[in-house]
Amino acid sequence: MTENLKIIEIEVLRYNPESDREPHLEVYKVPFSDDMSVLQGAQYIKDNFDGSLTFRWSCRMAICGSCGMMINGIPKLSCETFLRDYYPNRIRLEAMHHFPIEKDLVVDLSGFIEKLESIQPYIIPKEPRSLEQGEYLQSPKQFSDYIQFTSCINCTLCYAACPQFGLNPDFIGPGAIALLHRYNMDSRDGAAAERMELVASEEGVFHCSAVGYCSEVCPKHVDPANAVNINKTNAARDYFLRFLSPKGGSK
Amino acid sequence: MKPGLKRSNAPIFWSLFGAGGMLSALFGPALVFITGIAVPFGFILPADAMSYPKMLAFAQNFIGKGFILAVIALFLWFAAHRIFHSLHEVGIHAGVGAKLICYGSAFVATVISVVVLLGLGF
Amino acid sequence: MSKRRPYVRPMEGWWKKNPYFVEYMIHESTALFVAGYAFVLLVGLVRLGQGEAAWNGWLEALSSPFSLIIHLLFLVAILYHTYTWFKIMPITMPPIIVGGKKVGPGVITGSGLLAALGASLVMFALVFWLGG
Repeated sequence: MTENLKIIEIEVLRYNPESDREPHLEVYKVPFSDDMSVLQGAQYIKDNFDGSLTFRWSCRMAICGSCGMMINGIPKLSCETFLRDYYPNRIRLEAMHHFPIEKDLVVDLSGFIEKLESIQPYIIPKEPRSLEQGEYLQSPKQFSDYIQFTSCINCTLCYAACPQFGLNPDFIGPGAIALLHRYNMDSRDGAAAERMELVASEEGVFHCSAVGYCSEVCPKHVDPANAVNINKTNAARDYFLRFLSPKGGSK
Repeated sequence: MKPGLKRSNAPIFWSLFGAGGMLSALFGPALVFITGIAVPFGFILPADAMSYPKMLAFAQNFIGKGFILAVIALFLWFAAHRIFHSLHEVGIHAGVGAKLICYGSAFVATVISVVVLLGLGF
Repeated sequence: MSKRRPYVRPMEGWWKKNPYFVEYMIHESTALFVAGYAFVLLVGLVRLGQGEAAWNGWLEALSSPFSLIIHLLFLVAILYHTYTWFKIMPITMPPIIVGGKKVGPGVITGSGLLAALGASLVMFALVFWLGG
C-alpha cells in the first residue's frame, strides 16, 4: 500500500520544557493519501516516528476547537486542513502564536480561560422569572441579533491571529469579546452595563487597532473583529454619556 | 468581574482618530490635489483660486474657519493616534515620551490653528 | 515540583511574517503622509495670518517641483488611506439591516468610496464657483 503514497515533509516546532532551552524545528517525512488532514499527518508522526510529539485534538470535524495550530504561519484547525494542498512543498507546524508554548504544539490557554470567565458568559436575566411565569420569549429578529456570535468554538485561532494580543497579553482579545457581545445582544440578558466595566477598561476593546485578521482566520465566521469594534463605539458612548445616565455608568 | 479594572481614557483619542480618519478619507485626496497640484500649477482649476484675498475671505467666514480647523486638527489627531500605535507595534515602547510627541504635536497644532483663525477676525 | 516551563516567543518582526500584516503596516503608515499634508496646511494657515507677502511666499513654495513631488506622494498615500479606510469599515461598524438582511461588506465599502467621490466633486465645484 505504501508504494502508492506520496511523501510530504512536515516540519514541526518541538519544545520539551524538561530538556529544551528553546523550541527547535524537526523534519519528518510522512507518507500521505489525498484524504489525510494535517492532524492525521501529526498523528502519523506520533504513531511512527516519535511518540512524545504532543498536540491537542478531539473531534476531527472542526467543531471541538482543540486542534488549532500555525500551518505555514497561518492559524488553522489542523483537522480541516489537508496535506494534499501543500504537497510537494514542505509544511511547517508550530504552536499557535502569541500563547506560551507548554510542550510542542500545545499552548498554555489558562489566560484565555480566565478571560472567558471574566466576561460572564451566561445569561444574567433582565427580569428574573419564576417557573410559573414560564419561559423567556424571544422573536426571530431578536434571535438574529446574536446568533452569529454563538458559533464560537473557543479554538483561539483569533488570538493566534491578533498581534495586539501578542503585544499586550492582558488584552481580553477577540474571542472572549465576541462571546461577551453575544450575551449583551441577547434580549433575555440584562448585564451589558455590568460587562461594560471590562469592555471600557484598559484591558478592554481599545487595545484593538482593527487589524481584522481575527475575522479572516475564524473557522466559524463569527467575525470577532466586528464584535470588538462595535463595543468600541459602545464604550465611547458610555465614556462620554455616563454622566447623563441615571446609574452613572461604570467607574 | 475582575477586580481593579481601570477605565481607559482611550475614547477621547479614539473619537478624534475616527473623526480625522473619516474626514481625511472623504476629503484628503481631493484636497491634496486642489491645494498641492491643481491650483499651484494652474492645472484644471483656476490658478488664482487660492489668492490672498480669496483665502482671507474663506478663513474669515465661519464655515471656512470650521473647515480649516477640522482639516488641520483632525488630520493630525488621526495621524498622531496611528503613529503612536505603530511605534508600539514595531517594538518602540517609548511610553510617555512617544505619547507626548505624537499627541502633543497634534495638540499644539490645534492651538496654533485656533489662535491664527481667531486672529484673522470674522 | 512542577515540570512546567512555558516558553514565550518574542514578537520582534511579527509584521514582516505575514503578507496580511505587511499590508496592515503599509496602510497604517499612510498616517505619516496625512500628518505631512496637515503640517503643510498648518504652515499655510500661519503664513496667511502673517499677511499677503507671507502667503504669497507659501504659494510660491507650493509651485516648486519639489513641492509637486511631495504632493504627488501625499496624493498616492492618502488615496490608499481612503481605500483602506472604507475597506475596513464593514468590520468596524455595527451591522446595517435593510429589509431584514445584513448589508454586505462590498456595499458598505462601495458606499464609502462613493461618498468620498461625492465629497471630492463638491469641493471641485466649490473651488470653481468661489475661485473662478
